[in-house]
Amino acid sequence: MLELKHVYKVFNEGTPDEKIALKHIDLSLKKGDFLTIIGSNGAGKSTLMNIISGVLQPDYGTVKINDRDVTLMPEHKRARFIGRVFQDPMSGTAPDLTIEENLAIAFSRNRKRSLRLGITRKRREFFREALAFLNLGLENRLQAKVGLLSGGERQALSLLMATFTNPDVLLLDEHTAALDPARAELVTELTGKIVAELGLTTIMVTHNMQQAIDLGNRLIMMDHGEFILDVMEEDKKKLTVEQLLHEFYRIRGKQMTSDREILSSLAAAK
Amino acid sequence: MNVAAIVDSVEMGIIFAIMALGVYITFRVLNFPDLTVDGSFVTGAAVTAVLLVHGVPPLIASITSLFAGFVAGLCTGILHTKGKINALLSGILMMIALYSINLRIMGLTLENEVSRPNIPLLNAETLITQLEGFADRFGMATFGLLLSLALITFSFKLFTDYFLKTEIGLAVRATGNNPQMIRSFSTSTDNMIILGVAISNAFVAFSGSLLAQYHGFADVNMGTGMIVVGLASIIIGETIFGKKTIFRATLAVIFGAVLYRIIISLALSTGILDASDQKLITALLVILALVGPHMMEKYREKNRYQRRQKEWLQIRTAAKGEKTSA
Repeated sequence: MLELKHVYKVFNEGTPDEKIALKHIDLSLKKGDFLTIIGSNGAGKSTLMNIISGVLQPDYGTVKINDRDVTLMPEHKRARFIGRVFQDPMSGTAPDLTIEENLAIAFSRNRKRSLRLGITRKRREFFREALAFLNLGLENRLQAKVGLLSGGERQALSLLMATFTNPDVLLLDEHTAALDPARAELVTELTGKIVAELGLTTIMVTHNMQQAIDLGNRLIMMDHGEFILDVMEEDKKKLTVEQLLHEFYRIRGKQMTSDREILSSLAAAK
Repeated sequence: MNVAAIVDSVEMGIIFAIMALGVYITFRVLNFPDLTVDGSFVTGAAVTAVLLVHGVPPLIASITSLFAGFVAGLCTGILHTKGKINALLSGILMMIALYSINLRIMGLTLENEVSRPNIPLLNAETLITQLEGFADRFGMATFGLLLSLALITFSFKLFTDYFLKTEIGLAVRATGNNPQMIRSFSTSTDNMIILGVAISNAFVAFSGSLLAQYHGFADVNMGTGMIVVGLASIIIGETIFGKKTIFRATLAVIFGAVLYRIIISLALSTGILDASDQKLITALLVILALVGPHMMEKYREKNRYQRRQKEWLQIRTAAKGEKTSA
């Protein structure tokens, strides 16, 4: 379904600020896989998401969706196969448009937009049903402007909009990070429900380790542009937050000691 | 001011309203400050005037101006999106380019010159004279033209309302509202901007075409300051008539354009002000329409606060009274 090969990305190449964001990343997801990615700031999680969605282009390597090479396909064309929910609840919806108008935009994602009315009676019925699934009462507020909704409601709506054309890949970029704990819980729950129901191939970036453990069938920990831990299926079910933290310090610690050894050996050589 | 003078200013307002609707599409819907308007307004006038001089039927000559404006808008949109030129600058570049182009277009009526600053249409048959003749036949000499112009403007309004509700129209609105979002739903924001700016300038050019036929001449300077007139119409209209729905907002733009014209002619008819003061009046009007509602809201807030304060005091003293009596 989704395949990344040797994906490499560097920012500000050749300057003192040079930063290698991704170091030859290989990743392959089957249909229905739900991957959660954790890692500290600057680990390369967002760069990875941006390369899959086409906001950024890799300096090396290929991205394939459904066996189709999309590495150089522009963002808006690729968006046909990719559903996205952003961290900022304001990003995924158009605030001055009504709920049903936003849904109509999402509805025509994978077909050609025409000069027919975006909202018909039949579609409105469909939107109402889809909104009822969220259990937030939004189905009775179809004509309300989205700008009037709370952050949690907007994020739930974004999630619905991103998924209701059954995208090949769903990208969730810390989509609960800006919500209060109760709302985050709700959106997390909805995410699990929707992804399971539609069997979507999903990648979710999060800072919340518990969330990363609860959702999905695979977990990857990133650091300095590399995958440092990759846990699948059965092993993932047994994971705990303590274990994750322990693993993180064990791996990072090893690196630190090896750095120290190199430095001391350099010093010795002098 | 007599009835005829008022009818005149309403007629002109209705003609300008089509231009204001165009400006509404760029400024309000797309959030794109497009200054092409000053040039494309004249382009519409010039194209129609040249075609009329060459004996093309007025209806066809007028409709051709729509296409001319559309192409001008396409150029601005492409400069901005594909050329990555700042929105204001791409409009200004097109505006000055069109100045020369308009002179050339009008020059097509002369055999031994390439450019021409104006074309008189005084004795030519135009869409306006045709409409007047049509109205006369139904015995509506005074208001006939006004009604038929209003009909034309309203069809532009209804087209705008419908277009902005189509699948493409929704994408154009989302482009002005949240470009990141609409890109993630598989729409090229570049294409939407180009399309929107092109439609907008088609409206503007048609408005210029009608005005040239109304005044009986096309002039290379007739578009100067047009963008400000369009903005003034939008702002005055929105302030007075509201903008809750698209239907209401476009209606407000039309009323704003008419009101603007009436105010200007009223101000000039007093005799204190000179025609040269028109720009100053426009500026003051826009400032009033922008600052007025703000001041009103502040005043109301203050009043509300004082009222609450008073009510609270009364409740407290009443409560104290009860305590002492008990």
